[in-house]
Amino acid sequence: MSFSVTEPTKGTKWFAGILVIGYACITLVPLLWIVATGFKSPADSIAYPPVVVFEPTLEGYVNLFTDRTRATPDMIEAAGPAETWYDQIARERGTVISGPSRYGERFLNSVIIGFGSTFLCMVLGTMAAYAFSRFKVPLKDDLLFFILSTRMMPPIAVAIPIFLMFRNLGLNDTHLGMILLYTAVNLSLSVWLLKGFIDEIPIEYEEAALIDGYTRFQAFYKVVLPQAATGIASTAIFCLIFAWNEYAFAVLLTSGTAQTAPPFIPTIIGTSGKDWPAVAAGATIFLVPVMVFTILLRKHLLRGITFGAVRK
Amino acid sequence: MTLSPMETAAAKTPDSMAKRIRGLSNRTIAWIFVAPTIFLLLAVNIFPLIWTIRLSFTNFRVNRPNNDVEWVGLRNYERILNDPDVWNTMQATAHFLIWTITLQVLIGFALAYLINKKFKGNDMWTTIIVFPMMLSPAVVGNFWTFLYQPQIGLFNYVVAFFTGADPASFSMIGDVHLAPWAIVIADTWMWTPFVMLICLAGLRSIPDSIYEAAECDRASKWRQFWTITIPMALPFLMLAVLFRGIENFKMFDLVVQLTGGGPGNTTTLTSIDLKREAFEKWRTGYSSAYAVILFVTVFGLASIYVKALNKVKER
Repeated sequence: MSFSVTEPTKGTKWFAGILVIGYACITLVPLLWIVATGFKSPADSIAYPPVVVFEPTLEGYVNLFTDRTRATPDMIEAAGPAETWYDQIARERGTVISGPSRYGERFLNSVIIGFGSTFLCMVLGTMAAYAFSRFKVPLKDDLLFFILSTRMMPPIAVAIPIFLMFRNLGLNDTHLGMILLYTAVNLSLSVWLLKGFIDEIPIEYEEAALIDGYTRFQAFYKVVLPQAATGIASTAIFCLIFAWNEYAFAVLLTSGTAQTAPPFIPTIIGTSGKDWPAVAAGATIFLVPVMVFTILLRKHLLRGITFGAVRK
Repeated sequence: MTLSPMETAAAKTPDSMAKRIRGLSNRTIAWIFVAPTIFLLLAVNIFPLIWTIRLSFTNFRVNRPNNDVEWVGLRNYERILNDPDVWNTMQATAHFLIWTITLQVLIGFALAYLINKKFKGNDMWTTIIVFPMMLSPAVVGNFWTFLYQPQIGLFNYVVAFFTGADPASFSMIGDVHLAPWAIVIADTWMWTPFVMLICLAGLRSIPDSIYEAAECDRASKWRQFWTITIPMALPFLMLAVLFRGIENFKMFDLVVQLTGGGPGNTTTLTSIDLKREAFEKWRTGYSSAYAVILFVTVFGLASIYVKALNKVKER
């Protein structure tokens, strides 16, 4: 390696490394605490001083996925031996499982609405981005700015008329309504990001395809789409994460059938007071997929969070 | 410029034939591709916005659909701007905005500066630091209330451990003086990585050659930092501030889960206040006017800021 005046010295690197790793460790504590609390017993979760070493239990997860009723020891005795391990855990706490909780449904709603809106958003977004990238669209800059400006509105501000509109159309608390809404909200992000990715594909590829007798449409899906695959995939993950995390619209426009997990998780309560292990278990299941996605996205993170304004 | 073979071929082909070969004209394809997006945005963003503006001049209430709807002119706007509660809300929002942005810029820039020293494994640690900002603010905010519990909360325990105070003696989200800081801390924890990533891009965009030249001129490291690093990274820093400013002006999910706007009205940010007016008190006309005022404020401030940003970029 050649000597360079701009290369930091070994000492500097060590110093910087230690500080950054120190910060990373501190910032991870709340997240690790969520995961750990999910495996604690209720008593351990509210122990003072907070316990770091504890006997892990799946009680939080059992409480998360089931509804339970209190039962006297006699009733539990009369019901015979527990059939499953989760029955066993519930009975040790003097309760019997009365059925599945709503968490499963809410999680499934998040999956349906998340993937549904992401799919729709990618279809519309790729088409619009291709047109903005390759053709002379009248008022192009104005349209692009308009698309971006839709993100500046506080969600609550547009929620009032959307609430009224959805009520008239019968879309309140439906999957379709939420999918359309999240698609519209995410379109700004997907159009801006995808336009950036498509701009980077040399136009000569399509010209070559057109000479070979492809129509525009064929050139679009046989040449451009495969070239833009990485960009499309990372944009899709960004849209998915947004729809997955969204709370304001979800809490205002859904209450039952189409409610997603973010408004539901904070409402989880136990038989006596807040059941923090169950809340933490619900949060863990909900947050961990996003962390995995973040690792997959790491090369395009910056682009995604700045709407393509910063590309590295 | 020479014509590509395709263009020469196209120039020789009659128009009608070219159309048959290439299918639809470019203009038609462009419109087919753009129209669905524009339509959906009009339906879900612009139409509601126009509706909001219209409602803001009425005394309409969603929960009383049978009442006569009257045009009240600018009365809603007058009442909002003369309402001391609204100004308190604005103050709470300003406190939140100023402190979150200051802390996030300072910590975020410092982290980016350190990461840019290219120590071993910096990529991996950057990804780890980014985790909080990718997560659901509502779910995370809800869990922070657990960390902030008086006696049993981890946050109180850690503070007590270092200061020797009694961990049950203070409540971050129950105390009128501490609650505004509780939301600042949680937001800073969550969004510092955002500023860090943008600053990192800024620092990496500075070519080494400039530092080499400065080194030849025997400029001290301190001087290099203030005359090269800061000015060159400034557009990126300003961009980060713009994004954080807009996002935190709209802030709802994290804070509503953390404090719900309380205690009293100490952490009632504008979005939370707006939600109360619109969906708890059901004063639809009034809250529509409120929404319009907020939107005009964000849009106005953002455009002024973008102008300033462009000036800095041109320098």
